[in-house]
Amino acid sequence: MSYAAGVDVGSTQTKAVIIDGSLTIVGRALIDTGANVVAAAEKAFAEALASGGILEPEVDYVVGTGYGRYRVNFGNTQVTEISCHGRGAVRMFPRTRTVVDMGGQDTKAIRVSAAGEVLDFCMNDKCAAGTGRFLGAASAALDIPLSELGRVALKAERPVRISTTCTVFAESEILSWLGKGKKIEDILAGVHQSIAARSIGLLRRVGIQEEVTFTGGVARNIGMIEALNRGLGLNVNVSEESHFMGALGAALFALDHIEASRTPVLKEAVI
Amino acid sequence: MDEQQTAAIVGRGNDQGARLFREWFEGLGETAEREDPAAYVFVMGSMAELLRVFDLPMVFPEINSLQTAVRRVAHEYLNEAEDYGYSTDICGYVKADVAVQLRGGAHPMGRIPRPAMAVLTNACNTYIKWAEIWERMYQVPVFTLDIPGTRAVSTQTWPGDRDFENDRAYVSAQIKELIALCERVTGKKFDIDKLRESMAHANTMSRGLKRVLELNRSRPSLFNAVTDGTIYLGVSNAFRGAEKGARYFDNLVEEMEFKAAHGIGTLTDEKYRLIFVGVPCYPIFRRFNELFTEWGGTFVNSTYLWFAAGGANSGFEYDLNRPLESLAEGTLISVRDAMDSMFYQDQVLARMIDPFHVDGVVYHPIKSCRTVSTGLADNRRALMASRDIASLFIESDMMDRRVVSEAQLKNRVDAFFEGLASRRITATQIV
Repeated sequence: MSYAAGVDVGSTQTKAVIIDGSLTIVGRALIDTGANVVAAAEKAFAEALASGGILEPEVDYVVGTGYGRYRVNFGNTQVTEISCHGRGAVRMFPRTRTVVDMGGQDTKAIRVSAAGEVLDFCMNDKCAAGTGRFLGAASAALDIPLSELGRVALKAERPVRISTTCTVFAESEILSWLGKGKKIEDILAGVHQSIAARSIGLLRRVGIQEEVTFTGGVARNIGMIEALNRGLGLNVNVSEESHFMGALGAALFALDHIEASRTPVLKEAVI
Repeated sequence: MDEQQTAAIVGRGNDQGARLFREWFEGLGETAEREDPAAYVFVMGSMAELLRVFDLPMVFPEINSLQTAVRRVAHEYLNEAEDYGYSTDICGYVKADVAVQLRGGAHPMGRIPRPAMAVLTNACNTYIKWAEIWERMYQVPVFTLDIPGTRAVSTQTWPGDRDFENDRAYVSAQIKELIALCERVTGKKFDIDKLRESMAHANTMSRGLKRVLELNRSRPSLFNAVTDGTIYLGVSNAFRGAEKGARYFDNLVEEMEFKAAHGIGTLTDEKYRLIFVGVPCYPIFRRFNELFTEWGGTFVNSTYLWFAAGGANSGFEYDLNRPLESLAEGTLISVRDAMDSMFYQDQVLARMIDPFHVDGVVYHPIKSCRTVSTGLADNRRALMASRDIASLFIESDMMDRRVVSEAQLKNRVDAFFEGLASRRITATQIV
């Protein structure tokens, strides 16, 4: 059996996905990236192989993606996470035309064609406002686990308005709202709305076309899904594989290479 | 193809340009040592043809500033100006120049003379505030040439139109005032034959620049409009109206025609032809370009070569039989064109896509220049609405490396080329 793999080395977490020729995910892994990017890529790939009971020689092509894509030393080539999230989103939701990917340190708005090609994209600037890191600051300030933030935010009745756009200052603004006696759920809802608003701003820059698919680690946060749905006035697609969408897209590109190698005329026709 | 002839011609423009600039900065240093009067001028409307009549050495503070970035010391100058009180958001060129002045003219390329006068146009709002700094610092006269701009898109008027003639009369009256000021500052009488001479050289240069830009329609492209083009631009500005400048552009045209005739491109494997919109990222000038050339992308044209050439790219040629009238006409048309290059560019870009065989347009707004960057997002939308063309929008700065993130730039550039590759594959499949 021939397999294709994608390894997405993100700023916070590294994801690996292995797919077979029928595009089915047969192995996956998710680990914290940490300081050693090369080791993280190797470990995630090894765990993905183990989870699918696949031997490394059975994987014919590996594509690295994410900010650490050039550190996937065992990879055959690299593709940006922008192209990979677009490709993965269209694979999971074929009617996707706009993708919002929210990761640990950046958020991307991507407009894609029916084939998953990137038509336009936009990312947050060097500032981490509007990204998962903003939620991390809220988690630390309120001493609530990251995984619980969304659920707590959904209980809000009167969300506060978070005005800062700086992740560093977010913590002090949260503390000031606490000092004013605001409920934690209302503060958290404000944090989610603030992030959603910045993401929607990016989406508007590329043009919002339905369907919209939400990918990246933050897509696991139910409060963020709700905030995006409200802000956009529609229901975004969210897959159980949302966290792996970049790695899945990378694996799909890897499969393209495998198939192209079997059809010489297509060899140059893959990115 | 004769290899010796090729070696003698190809790359000559870059070598000669670099040599001219070294000489130019040496000349400025000598002027500073002698404490001779110098005129501070700007690239959009330098009035070089006229200032040469009075033998006034010209200082281009914009060029001095960008050179601090290219030489990777801009941060020292920016920090000094910020310590003096300037905000991080102020034009990086202004701040670097302020620091040069505070250092008594000390610059990585040599010593910059103090101004005896300054000449500027309204092409950039910051010029006016910038010159005010020198006015206060050195108590020197500042002359602001007010050039009527285009009133609305596609409404430019031309010689013979009533509005144009009114505008020309307005500019002409100002030029007469400028002549009187130059006479007062230098103690020299205006010499119309000397003006004719410098205008003739300027004609050669404008004609040459226009021709060189047109020749880059060739496939493969003959020069990179961002890297090589910036050298040509520098000569176009600093040597405008000088015999050396005219000879340089004659040689450059010869080089480009030779390359076109022999199919010698700037890249060995040109895959994507791009247009650059904005101001280069000088803090990582070479690396920025490599982000594109690594993918086989090259810049075949650049709006920077239009507005920062003061409109010389339009190829306006003076009528030497009526020099003063023609100087007003040329100044009006060229500076107006420079302004239009920043404000009404989407239609020009759309028209260039086919003749230049363009695959994509790269918009590069910069943090510290609102004049150039404001409206680029809107321009991009307009271009994409009118033409099916790929475009990239990346932001950094012309001077301040604190706001230049190479990793983020690379990510966006890589994604752009992946999109271009996909477009090409799709187009092939459709055919």
